[in-house]
Amino acid sequence: MSDITRSDVAHLARLARLAVTDDELDVFSGQIDAILDTLGRVSDIPDDVPPTSHVAPLTNVLRPDEPAPSLSREAALAGAPEAEEGRFRVPRILGESQ
Amino acid sequence: MSELTRLSAAEIARRVQAREVSSVEVTRAHLDRIEAVDGGLNAFLHVDREVALAAAEAVDAEIAAGTVRGPLAGVPVAIKDNVATSDMPTTCASHILDGWRPPYDATVVRRLRDGGLVPLGKTNLDEFAMGGSNENSAFGPVRNPWDASRVSGGSSGGSATATAAGETPLAIGSDTGGSIRQPGAFTGIVGVKPTYGTVSRYGLVAFSSSLDQIGSFGRSVLDAALLHEVIGGHDPNDQTSIDAPLPPVVEAAYAGARGDLAGVRVGVVRELSGEGNQPGVLAAFTDAVRVLTDLGADVVEVDCPSFTYAVPAYYLIAPSEASSNLARFDAMRYGLRIGDDGSHSTDEVMSLTREAGFGPEVKRRIMIGTHALSAGAYDALYGKAQKARTLIVRDFAAAFEYCDVLVSPTVPVTAFPLGERVDDPVAMYLADLCTIPTNLAGNAALSVPCGVSADDGLPVGLQIMAPALADDRAYRVAAAYELARDTSSGTPFAETIPEPAVLETTS
Repeated sequence: MSDITRSDVAHLARLARLAVTDDELDVFSGQIDAILDTLGRVSDIPDDVPPTSHVAPLTNVLRPDEPAPSLSREAALAGAPEAEEGRFRVPRILGESQ
Repeated sequence: MSELTRLSAAEIARRVQAREVSSVEVTRAHLDRIEAVDGGLNAFLHVDREVALAAAEAVDAEIAAGTVRGPLAGVPVAIKDNVATSDMPTTCASHILDGWRPPYDATVVRRLRDGGLVPLGKTNLDEFAMGGSNENSAFGPVRNPWDASRVSGGSSGGSATATAAGETPLAIGSDTGGSIRQPGAFTGIVGVKPTYGTVSRYGLVAFSSSLDQIGSFGRSVLDAALLHEVIGGHDPNDQTSIDAPLPPVVEAAYAGARGDLAGVRVGVVRELSGEGNQPGVLAAFTDAVRVLTDLGADVVEVDCPSFTYAVPAYYLIAPSEASSNLARFDAMRYGLRIGDDGSHSTDEVMSLTREAGFGPEVKRRIMIGTHALSAGAYDALYGKAQKARTLIVRDFAAAFEYCDVLVSPTVPVTAFPLGERVDDPVAMYLADLCTIPTNLAGNAALSVPCGVSADDGLPVGLQIMAPALADDRAYRVAAAYELARDTSSGTPFAETIPEPAVLETTS
């Protein structure tokens, strides 16, 4: 059995940068608990099985380091929520007291 | 419905290239069809008549001048809205990307244009391709043309419904855990998940990078193969792209249509083909296996005991990768931004934006992934899921030592009623039981319609799985089956898809 509590979900939401509401915490904690109960079946698998992270028959795909055109500044900024002086404009990074 | 919207892609291509009909006429017929039926179906999120007709006109002019760009020149195609298009929005059916226009075309889109295909528009999906019913779209669910009160399947529900309903002859989808094959089965068309790494993902908005694969939809096996060859092959812009020749899938579709499967060993996967299926699904599947035997195939039963771990492993691996991939939606470089009023920090703006921009399923998966990757849970959850993946890869390898292809129902159920599973994520996840193992192992699989369920008259899919880089085997078996199915019923299955009822549209 998993035992995900409301405060666990609040912690996960904070880590994942999701400003979830109180109502969502109620719904999500029940659902995530039920989902993790189902997924916990993988714990039956013996520890000595090696892991597989991907199945592509590839390692360290390299290419010659040659300069090539990339996106123009204008194209890169075209979808930005805010741009200023040819750069992405972001809200302040530090809090009031810092 | 115009006759042109009933034609196969292969036949449209032949007529356009022989100048019996123009690509403009064909494109206009499909645009008119979209106008007539899509208000009720909601398969498209974006259609631009003028752009589509201009592309068709350019192809017609080239053909008139003696240039045919490729086998599908002049044929319309629909594109799932998680694939980047420079001249159309790309939203992933999410508010966080509402209206976003990518600065470049995905490789598959460039190949469609280079091949002379005519993009009609962008199709609806579960938000960020997370879901199996299309009910997770921020822009409303897609309805099933067989019964508008039922789901289209997902996540490529828009592409599947658009193809089934004659709004397009062909469509592009993406399949991470079954998102092409499952809606293909639910809407009675062919849906293909190619071998991992054989169709470029450059420009596909990433969900779960070790599983995501772009593939094709068509109303026939040959049509799906023709589209597959246009979009497939190595791409240096995709680091996971395999530098190997694409399996000869069109040739295999023609070879299969000669109707002989003598010497082909077909394995029925016991774990996916039993009591867990609805009776009507199981009956349709059993009939399909009998047809394969009649075609000369050598049918055996195989055990893949670790497939029972596939659903839990997938629902740990995919959300883990998603929690990382979706971190890029940070309200800084593209998409929505909420709370940037001078009083909130960057960190707060990120949290407010992601809260407002993502729907419930995306939030659930991001949090599950965040949990599975956290220090206290990593070994017991994510680590074990990766071990499960090894066992599933081994089961496939053992089965393919004896068998050329494996078969199962594509989905254990038929299209379920809208709303039935929305509040029960676990029930929703179990519908992916048969399709997930292929994604985890990275091999090829497709779904071909195998009649309708006697329970409810809705279509059932036959899933055919092949080893990595042997996609052609699945096409050969599917094409032979398709021909036998249509010969025995007397009517091509695609022509039995019902005309969608005119629906009341709500705004």
